[in-house]
Amino acid sequence: MRPFLYERATSECAAVQLAASGAPAQFLAGGTTLIDLMKLDVLRPARLIDINGLAAGAAGLIEEREGALRLGALVDMAQAAEHPVVRRKFPVLADALRQAASQQVRNMASLGGNLLQRTRCPYYRDRSWPACNRRKPGSGCGALHGQNRGHAVLGVSDACIATYPGDLAVALVALDAVLEIIGADGARTMGAAELHRLPADTPHVETNLAPGQLIAAIRVPAGPWTRRSLYLKVRDRESYQFALASAAVALDLSDGMVRHARVGLGGVATIPWRATAAEDQLVGRRLDGELARATAEAAFAAARPARHNAFKLGLGKRTLERALLQAAQMEL
Amino acid sequence: MGRPEPRVDGRLKVTGNARYASDFPVANPAHACLVTSAIAKGRIVSFDLDDARAVPGVLDILTHETVGNEVHEPKFFGSGGTASTIHRPLSSAQISHAGQIVAIVVADTYEAAREAAYRVRVTYEEEDAATTLDSDGVETLPATKVRKEHKNPRVGDAAAALRAAPVTIDAVYETPTQHHNAIELYATTCVWSGEQLTVYEPSQFVHALKHAMAEQLGIDAEDVRVISPYVGGAFGSKAAVTPRTALVAIAARRLNRPVKLVATRAQGFTIATYRAETRHRVRLGAQRDGKLTAYVHEGWEATSRLDDYLVGGTETTAHIYDVPNVSTRVNVVRTDRATPGFMRSPPEVPYVFALETALDELAEALDMDPIELRRINDTRNDPITGAPYTSRSLMACYDEASRAFGWRRRNLPPGSMRDGDWLVGWGCATAVYPTFMGAATARVRLARNGATRVEIAAHDLGTGAYTAIAQTAAERLGLPVAAVEVLLGDSALPAAPVAGGSNTTASCCNVVAKACDGIRRRLVRAAMRADRGPLRGRKPSSVNFVDRHIAGEDGAKVSLADAFDMLGAPMIEEYAHWLPHGMEPDALKKLHLGSAALTGGAMEDRIAAAFGAELVELRVNVYTGELRVPRIVGAFAAGRIVNPRTAHSQYVGGMIWGIASALHEQTELDRRVARYVNTDLAEYLIPVNADVPDVQAILVSEEDRLVNPLGIKGLGELANVGTAAALGNALYHATGRRIRKLPLRIEDVL
Ligand SMILES: Cc1cc2nc3c(=O)[nH]c(=O)nc-3n(C[C@H](O)[C@H](O)[C@H](O)COP(=O)(O)OP(=O)(O)OC[C@H]3O[C@@H](n4cnc5c(N)ncnc54)[C@H](O)[C@@H]3O)c2cc1C
Ligand code: SF4
Repeated sequence: MRPFLYERATSECAAVQLAASGAPAQFLAGGTTLIDLMKLDVLRPARLIDINGLAAGAAGLIEEREGALRLGALVDMAQAAEHPVVRRKFPVLADALRQAASQQVRNMASLGGNLLQRTRCPYYRDRSWPACNRRKPGSGCGALHGQNRGHAVLGVSDACIATYPGDLAVALVALDAVLEIIGADGARTMGAAELHRLPADTPHVETNLAPGQLIAAIRVPAGPWTRRSLYLKVRDRESYQFALASAAVALDLSDGMVRHARVGLGGVATIPWRATAAEDQLVGRRLDGELARATAEAAFAAARPARHNAFKLGLGKRTLERALLQAAQMEL
Repeated sequence: MGRPEPRVDGRLKVTGNARYASDFPVANPAHACLVTSAIAKGRIVSFDLDDARAVPGVLDILTHETVGNEVHEPKFFGSGGTASTIHRPLSSAQISHAGQIVAIVVADTYEAAREAAYRVRVTYEEEDAATTLDSDGVETLPATKVRKEHKNPRVGDAAAALRAAPVTIDAVYETPTQHHNAIELYATTCVWSGEQLTVYEPSQFVHALKHAMAEQLGIDAEDVRVISPYVGGAFGSKAAVTPRTALVAIAARRLNRPVKLVATRAQGFTIATYRAETRHRVRLGAQRDGKLTAYVHEGWEATSRLDDYLVGGTETTAHIYDVPNVSTRVNVVRTDRATPGFMRSPPEVPYVFALETALDELAEALDMDPIELRRINDTRNDPITGAPYTSRSLMACYDEASRAFGWRRRNLPPGSMRDGDWLVGWGCATAVYPTFMGAATARVRLARNGATRVEIAAHDLGTGAYTAIAQTAAERLGLPVAAVEVLLGDSALPAAPVAGGSNTTASCCNVVAKACDGIRRRLVRAAMRADRGPLRGRKPSSVNFVDRHIAGEDGAKVSLADAFDMLGAPMIEEYAHWLPHGMEPDALKKLHLGSAALTGGAMEDRIAAAFGAELVELRVNVYTGELRVPRIVGAFAAGRIVNPRTAHSQYVGGMIWGIASALHEQTELDRRVARYVNTDLAEYLIPVNADVPDVQAILVSEEDRLVNPLGIKGLGELANVGTAAALGNALYHATGRRIRKLPLRIEDVL
């Protein structure tokens, strides 16, 4: 780890003011991504601004306002996963959180930090690998022709095929969640789906957050589909592993016909993936096995596998298929 | 002995008071951090150390330019030496495997050392590296070429028998690279006091480490002391001496200050040993009634260029079943990788996987229950030599495991059992581990008040050795376990064998019992000679030590304290050595020089092994291909069980290892550059609790009057043998698909 300056902020305002002045800074929440990558010498912030104090205010609260859910960015994963409103009215969020990481990590980790967790690509995480465009722009991609079982098949580029590893963000993009962003120049909102950028030629530019901007909260609108929602996560072992493939599904059904559908995919894409092609397939049709299959096909039509991850096409499709059929059978 | 005593060190461990190597407080230590090679083959052209030196607190940076030939070339343990490899990092610019140590930064704090290590810049000249079994540039050699002592067991005419067999199997099996990943990292602290060196390092063989330091540093062995009272898991990785220790000693000597190294998890993948990948071609011939007529097994094992490490598992598999015609052959494949090393049941895990899977294929071909097939081919004698087993309870294990599992309800045809979205398969396999023993020495002191101290340089890797040894002494001396203090893991104590080959309980309990018997003899003699003593004139064999007394069969007794008074001494100290059956007479001398020689398994006049039967249920999700193991039952027989509680824990842990080796563990290689990729515990998968909901271990009773005086067989490496085959067989039973390559994964069944 390199030496860094440690500062503490007790309000959103103070946090962004601190971040706007002086050497480049990173906000420190649970540290389960940030400190880890600092120890590995992958992230080398000159300053850390500890924002855990913000949890005492609105950033630490879970509120329901006019049907919409507002999750403060410093709510920890465990707290959100266990919250009765989240569990009852937004089961896909509770599912995604409950199946993420371990109880110990969930106790430490914040929701804001969770969205901004970095890829688990081993060529990124170990700086002794010479090639990684995400870590060292222009150096090439170690994974493209290396070990890539865990890598993405959707949203990939020749510059980077790293999987976005998080679970929560997949559910959030499906539900059209909105982020409350605060910068030194004021507050604004941003769709959760706009947070992450496709790698394209610049995988090192990971998000559309400007330096020093703070995520204050996540707002999740309720819709007739949010109650009939779930998150299905497939992995080699039962728990404590990132997804090989996952699907966040929210459905509004009427007599078996799909009125609205929201579909997110995880473990298979470079960003939290909103599968709009799949949603288009579903709307206005009767959800049966055949439609689920066709939907899954559509969702992966543009997939581009590498050497070791070709199985993710089949796995991703079946995961989505299962998630759709399970959601259709949910008893509300 | 035989009671499920709780671990005597349990409280120390759960309260954090057991001192592991890096916990020992030393005065004013400097901290070392390793820099490891980013390439697998080639040479270092230059270092740029300016940035690293500029980090405040940096004291020294060792490279091949500063160390050179300061470390003498050690002898490989496979050739009778102590070292995991003859490779000497920092002796030259040459790179012989990825992740080898290329520099060591020493600083006032761990943080400064680690930061500076990141700032060391190395320029390499890289050459193409040969990564694994079928890579370009590897060299394949028969094991007999590289190691003179290697034997390929054979008997009869297997080729002819195969040709004549009405039913045959011919298949290729593969097992992956795996790493031990003990929770305790590779740590070393070296402290010099004048000419004397003290090493704190988790070790499975403190005497070897002591002699290795003398050999590698050119100092007197009597000036070296190795302290390793607790080891946080080892599994073979802390037995042979790795290159790091001598380098840390040199760093400490240069600074004239204690130096402490705790390597990172990722570095642990390359600075020590690992289980190498293997390939097997197995051919079986059988009659229609299931009687085996031929067994042909050829194995290929990856190794390094420098050391001819090999496991040669046919030395186990050739002796298990009653086959009249056996032919085996083992090859090593030299790659540009680090030298592999022992990892829990080194030969058995890969070779038994191959054989036990092939047997399942044969059962399928014969339309026969796989347990029945094993019953038909059970034996009381070594099929290669004809020598008898000292004891063998394989079929008793199958019987008990089957009953507990409900095997009778199994449908024979594959794909015929289903539960909702899950295909269900039941599989079985044999677990086997040869019984090894080593020459050992021990000192036992008994005081008048019953306080007992046992001193032996054995090792407790978390397995329960402290407890088993305390129980042995307590029973021999008629004392409660709490009266016995056991000292282990210190090279200043009487020498004991390497904690390998699961020999510790057998070797150490026998020698400790022998020392106790020496004490008993002296006390008994005194009690029998004492005027007016209640035991006067008895035969020594007619008394026993019970409940702090020497007791005759008729109830007459003398308290220990009185016996001491009759003897006229406040305490007795006895030193004993023990040589197991079949051990060469110079074994003690070798032991004192740190040689890991063991005896056992298939010997000329007898064969000794522990057996078990493992039955598993595997479920395969019909949609997603997820593989889950809702239950596993293992029944094991390993002679006399000193402590059923710690034995049970070894069996349960072993089966969990087995599940891991079947479904989870694999070190992934980037084949382009011979480097490991998933070098942390988030990506190197092992089962979590949710993966092992129901693991049942049954202890099958077995009496062995031949194997050693106490009738003990090793069992620590028994239960992770066969599990992978049982799971692969269950996968076949669930799906009708035969996967011959580990680990079994979603992509194999989708
Ligand atoms: C072993 C392991 C397993 C895991 N498994 C899973 C899994 O299965 N699924 C899953 O989803 N996750 C998993 N995780 C990831 C884990 O959930 C994230 O590390 C965690 O959520 C990050 O939150 P944090 O509060 O610790 O963030 P930090 O580490 O503190 O911060 C992460 C990043 O976000 C920035 N940041 C934090 N908060 C804000 C904010 N409010 N505004 C702007 N920037 C901010 C920081 O500057 C930093 O760049 C795993 C992690 C580990 C270590
Ligand atoms: S996939 Fe992306 S993160 Fe991984 S090596 Fe390639 S560029 Fe780096």
